Amino acid sequence: MAVDYQRLTFEYRPCAEQSATNAMHPVVVVGAGPVGLATAIDLAQQGIEVVLLDDDCTLSTGSRAICFAKRTLEIFDRLGCGDRMVDKGVRWNLGKVFLRDQMVYAFDLLPESGHRRPAFINLQQYYVEGFLLERALELPNLQIRWKNKVVGIERRDEGGADATVTLTVETPDGTYPVRARYVVAADGSRSPMRNLLGLDSKGRTFKDRFLIADIRMEAGFPSERWFWFDPPFHPNQSVLLHRQPDNVWRIDFQLGWDADPVLEKSPERVIPRVQALLGPDAKFELEWVSVYTFSCLRMDSFRHGNVLFAGDSAHGVSPFGARGANSGVQDADNLAWKLAHVLRGEAPDALLDTYASEREYAADENIRNSTRSTDFITPKSQVSRVFRDAVLTLAAKHPFARTLVNSGRLSVPSVLASSPLNTADTDAFAGAMIPGAPCAEAPVEVDGAEDWLLSQLHGGFSLLVYGHPDDLDAEAARQIAALRRQAGAPRMLFVAPDGHRAARTSDIAVVRDRDGIVAQRYDAVPGTAYLIRPDQHVCARWRAVDAERVMEAMARAQGKRLAETAPAARGTPACAEALAA
Amino acid sequence: MPLITAPNLARPDDFYEALIDMHRDLDDAQSQAANARLILLLANHIGDHETLLSALQLAREAETAAA
Repeated sequence: MAVDYQRLTFEYRPCAEQSATNAMHPVVVVGAGPVGLATAIDLAQQGIEVVLLDDDCTLSTGSRAICFAKRTLEIFDRLGCGDRMVDKGVRWNLGKVFLRDQMVYAFDLLPESGHRRPAFINLQQYYVEGFLLERALELPNLQIRWKNKVVGIERRDEGGADATVTLTVETPDGTYPVRARYVVAADGSRSPMRNLLGLDSKGRTFKDRFLIADIRMEAGFPSERWFWFDPPFHPNQSVLLHRQPDNVWRIDFQLGWDADPVLEKSPERVIPRVQALLGPDAKFELEWVSVYTFSCLRMDSFRHGNVLFAGDSAHGVSPFGARGANSGVQDADNLAWKLAHVLRGEAPDALLDTYASEREYAADENIRNSTRSTDFITPKSQVSRVFRDAVLTLAAKHPFARTLVNSGRLSVPSVLASSPLNTADTDAFAGAMIPGAPCAEAPVEVDGAEDWLLSQLHGGFSLLVYGHPDDLDAEAARQIAALRRQAGAPRMLFVAPDGHRAARTSDIAVVRDRDGIVAQRYDAVPGTAYLIRPDQHVCARWRAVDAERVMEAMARAQGKRLAETAPAARGTPACAEALAA
Repeated sequence: MPLITAPNLARPDDFYEALIDMHRDLDDAQSQAANARLILLLANHIGDHETLLSALQLAREAETAAA
């Protein structure tokens, strides 16, 4: 029988620490939602002991995040639960936009083949949390403490090697202190941690209300994102439809600012709206109904001493574009390797400043896009509405106007082009895999079986070398040998060209570029090398391997050259702005 | 490319008449909608972002200067 993740409860268990207070944890994560769980799993996989605190003892309920983007699925693959997510989720790549009763525009979010994962899956947040939790429970160095609520924070000796954060934690048995070197606050949009530190998340609220309904029904709509402007069944407003697993459909009805949020939740109001969309004879059940007002906002800085903010605690967006949970999981992906490196003494504390600056940059991109979409869906003024309607009218006949139709710019991972962790190109390259870009997926062959490039890059820094190790010229062979002798060198992965007979030599990983797509997407020819971060962003690339340059680029990517690049104080908003420019 | 404000209309009076004529038999709301579509069509034809920004800026300045 299938697990009902919405009904699961977890036991509060007192721990030894509640009676003895000497423990010092490397890192404590606060909040066992998707972002806290992803952070904790990632840290534990990298050998770091993690304590994960949650103030409650259940997973999320109702209709929350549902659209999980390809990049997020690739992260879930690295966290050991990608297949479960994709098997349960509803895959989709296509979206359609309707004006009144006509389709004006269709888009394909993944028009090319040669990718393992779809553009999106729809999956209820309680499933995502449930699968992440089950993965977390497999990790012996990850301890979850339910009904552990943070009610106080004290930060000591900040900026020094002995800096600590002491959390006062309330449990059914009373309060106790939890001490850690670093704390990750992944405690959601209302973030008690943020409030305890006296900090704000600032931005803009959109004067509109949306009815969000999860409807259980058998329906013939395809697995596509459908968005209507001014449909006959909901005139002058917008409607969004998504298919979820278990025959649950998510429908968003725009209600307008003057709608009564309490009244509109009642079944008497909701059922006629759904019937107008589906027809009067439709059979359905209301699973969940609520009314939301959306905002786009963020904290000035995601780093406060040894407290790092991730997910909704750091930034919030309106949902048109699915940039909330997706950017939160990408925050976790950015943060975990950096924390692990710092905790293992492999990188300076300053590396964590780049978590803040890189993810603040990403948050600004998400906020900009979500704001533009919401302004198109909810025009702020009469003239704005006139232009919005002009775009929609023209889009039916003219391709140029379709590029302006904005019912949501769906989440893609940010290109961290200005990050100080990158090494600038000195060789000529074409294509999208610039330093800072998230690595593209490509099909490869491993030991004669079909596989995927991104699955070969895991655990730490990787050096992708295009070509077969047997074909290296003398100089390249010398450089590779020198690199392999270096302590702390990146893990090497050779990608042999299509048509090459690749045999894996004893201790060098070799895969085959089975359709030539690695060469295409990475503009790679034999000799080309890419240095790739643990979060699968490119940080450097060359046309030939040079051991010294590779180690220098790696040191830069680990934050060991930061004092030389940023004139402003680390981690300040001014620094973030300079990096984003 | 900088916005051209020197005379550039091939047939100024013919254009002016056609512009007014575009609105024949339209009520105010329809006219506003048609103007918006015209702006978008012409903007796409121009394409260059800086040129468009110059035009937007000049249009707005005329309004605030007149106020």
